[in-house]
Amino acid sequence: MQRRTLLAAVPAALAAVGTAGCSSGDSDGPVTLRFLSLAWQKDSIAANKKLVAAWNAKHPDITVKYVQGSWDNVHDQLVTAFEGGDAPDVIHDESPDIAGFAAQNYLQDMTDLLPSALKSDISQQSWDTVTFAGGGIYGVPFLQESQIFVANRKLLTQAKVRIPTVDAPWSWDEYAEVCRKLTVKGKQYGVAWPLSAPVNKVLNLSLNFGGTFFGTSGGKTTVHVGDNERQVLQRIHAQLWTDHSADPATVGMKGADPLPAYFAGKYAMVPAGVYFRQQVVQGAPKGFDWVTIPPLKGTSQHQGATSQTLSIPADGEHQKEAMQFIAFLLNGTNQATLALGDWLVPTSRKAATDPRLTTTKDDWNVATASQKDLVVAPYLKVDGFDEWKTKVATPAMQQYFNNKISLDALADKLVSDGNDVLKRYQK
Amino acid sequence: MRTLPLKYLALLGYLVFLAFPLVWLASTALKTPREMASLHPTWIPRHPTLANFGEAFHEQNLTQSAGNSLLVALTAAVLTVLLALPAAYALVRFSSVLNKLALGWVLVSQVFPFVLVIIPLFLILKQLDLVNTRGGLILVYLTFNLPFALWMLQGYVRGVPRELEEAASVDGAGRLRILRTVVAPLLAPGVVATFLFAFISSWNEFMFALVLLKDPDLATLPLTLVRFKGADGVARLGPLAAAALLATVPSLALFAVIQRRLTTGLLAGAVKG
Repeated sequence: MQRRTLLAAVPAALAAVGTAGCSSGDSDGPVTLRFLSLAWQKDSIAANKKLVAAWNAKHPDITVKYVQGSWDNVHDQLVTAFEGGDAPDVIHDESPDIAGFAAQNYLQDMTDLLPSALKSDISQQSWDTVTFAGGGIYGVPFLQESQIFVANRKLLTQAKVRIPTVDAPWSWDEYAEVCRKLTVKGKQYGVAWPLSAPVNKVLNLSLNFGGTFFGTSGGKTTVHVGDNERQVLQRIHAQLWTDHSADPATVGMKGADPLPAYFAGKYAMVPAGVYFRQQVVQGAPKGFDWVTIPPLKGTSQHQGATSQTLSIPADGEHQKEAMQFIAFLLNGTNQATLALGDWLVPTSRKAATDPRLTTTKDDWNVATASQKDLVVAPYLKVDGFDEWKTKVATPAMQQYFNNKISLDALADKLVSDGNDVLKRYQK
Repeated sequence: MRTLPLKYLALLGYLVFLAFPLVWLASTALKTPREMASLHPTWIPRHPTLANFGEAFHEQNLTQSAGNSLLVALTAAVLTVLLALPAAYALVRFSSVLNKLALGWVLVSQVFPFVLVIIPLFLILKQLDLVNTRGGLILVYLTFNLPFALWMLQGYVRGVPRELEEAASVDGAGRLRILRTVVAPLLAPGVVATFLFAFISSWNEFMFALVLLKDPDLATLPLTLVRFKGADGVARLGPLAAAALLATVPSLALFAVIQRRLTTGLLAGAVKG
């Protein structure tokens, strides 16, 4: 979900413009807050608008104006708004993006603004995804994405394989065995791995085996690719080129690209984020029976995660009022509503017990349960990660998954070329 | 004569090539999500639906956005032509050493990456209270359209033989009459082309509108269309296609109405050798 586009280099060059200082914003008269929302799914937009209307009805002195933005260009939009001192009062974004904004002092440290009820309702693992720059909290995390598989239940049943549950997930070994059973030469593959953007997926899943890829010592961050980091890489590669249980043709595809072939029965499973269930529900032909496969287990089921966040600008005039609105929008019930709209998992413990998110309909129970194993993605706090990802890791992993280079060669590139990149970011 | 069918065939092929995106857009706009996820896509929807149009209109204020786009693009295009035309004429007809320098400077201004000026521009407009106003956006479009419009028009002006103006002058016509009755008709295709360029540039522009307009009621169409896109390049294809199809209609209509002007003026300017 990261966005780093053309304006990425501009703020530094224009830093002289600066931002205004903090203000607590005690206001006497009526206040109007601008809420920049990045909701884009039909249900999610409706849910956001409904909650804003509910707030406005109850709080005539604090009116919230709903402004819809877009994930595609929110970074550029915000950079200009921050530099011009005209940022929205409540900002919807994601943790990798706000990490940069926090470092540039664009965002308010919300530690002292957070109501205790909201603070305690969200797990520390989730707070870790928004804690930057000296331990400050620069956003409230509210939606996260775990990696699951959507599977064709009919094909699984025909192959007589065990369908995993939340309490009894597949191990990576069992999953590989199942994929082999589901493969029918020339007709059907066990799995389709769309890997046009492989880095975040591999890094998040590698935590299953404790693979972190980055380590910090003496204030310097370096890349390392040991046995733990190699596990997921080589297991996916083996499916593609040794077992032939994954279709190499999908390596260049994006997330939803294999869906038509999945619906047609060519692929028994597709790995994806939990939101992908919505695409399946919308696009599946009548009678198509699917099932959500819970996160696989290596040495653990841990996965790296980032969060969607709500933040307050450092120079916001109405920070207390903005915090009140955030606390309302992200209370347990409302967070469950937002999670339903986006087909993602909530960070709120109360929301996770909401009957709408524990129902077996559309496997919400499986999706919601997966949140407990989400931990902060190790790359989230690595300065220079974006450049390492785009210039080094993405092309190298694409070569590896296309069987053009060996695992050792991949590891060498990730480490030596990667450390050259990270060196430039060391302070 | 034998090559005529081949020419028509080639033209037909070119037409199909050009029309392909629009036809595919129309086809997608009329499909259900289920049909879009089919392994065997079809040109003609098996179960055509207008639901995507309904969804697009219901969720986003497309009519208002289209109105905003039309107002901003038309005003910017008209002002661009009004300013660029006399400037181009003066540059060509009243030549001096400075003219080449001026034209060179105009060209150099086009190679400036706009991303470098976007934040300073934002700050200037903010000081002028023009952020979050249509006026501010029009001013920006005018500024960015003018150099290329000037460059385009000076080419057209150069193509009008000076002898025509001299002949009219010998016949007793004054400067204004020469401009009105001799030069203006010959420049019509250039004016139309420049107007279209300025209009389409402004109609499609996204980045400046994104950073300058805060109020949802002022949003232009490109800002509204992008709301159907989500993270990681995932989009709601049906409503996006429906909205994009509607967004192309005004441009197409405008082009259809005035495209004849592009050629008719050219035929009026013959000089016997």
